[in-house]
Amino acid sequence: MPGRWKSGDAMADFLLWMAGFVVLMVALGLVRVARGPNRAERMMAAQLLGTGATGALLLFGAATGEAAVVDVALTLALLSAFASIGFVKFAVRQDQPPEDGEEAG
Amino acid sequence: MSFALDLFSVVAVSGGALFYLAGTVGLLRFPDAYTRLHALTKADNVGMALVVIGLMPQVGGVLAGLKLVLVWLLVVFSSAAVSQLIARTARRRDART
Repeated sequence: MPGRWKSGDAMADFLLWMAGFVVLMVALGLVRVARGPNRAERMMAAQLLGTGATGALLLFGAATGEAAVVDVALTLALLSAFASIGFVKFAVRQDQPPEDGEEAG
Repeated sequence: MSFALDLFSVVAVSGGALFYLAGTVGLLRFPDAYTRLHALTKADNVGMALVVIGLMPQVGGVLAGLKLVLVWLLVVFSSAAVSQLIARTARRRDART
């Protein structure tokens, strides 16, 4: 049995539909990764993906009553934050031309 | 009482989904990096907050509700820090060109 339906069936269905809607929105936002003129825009789409997937996981966890899904959402929120911070460190280092390294920091 | 709580959940979660929609549309339609960042942070903060507030009566238990608040706080803090960093990257790029 994949999960007990904690709330009423209509509410669980509604939450599942909302989770699907949020995932759809985030997937549409990924068009910005393909179109975005440079790395900052692409990273924004990735940030939206992290937030939207966290919200969708919370909705899914509340709909099915699986408590472990909330842990997955927590981990995903943490990982997406670290991914974005890692991107910024990488982008700043790579964007600097090699001759003016004196303003680093 | 249960009906009122369910209605509250439906309204809040729908509002949160609407903010996710607005964030996606803004990210796709806005002209430059800063306005796109504006749309993105709305989806991050308000959309996530409304979803968490709407789910609060549905999880059944104070501990589960506190966990939702913990997820929301983590998202809010990381979104604040990351949007600052992304904006700084975009600004350095614009200053160079």
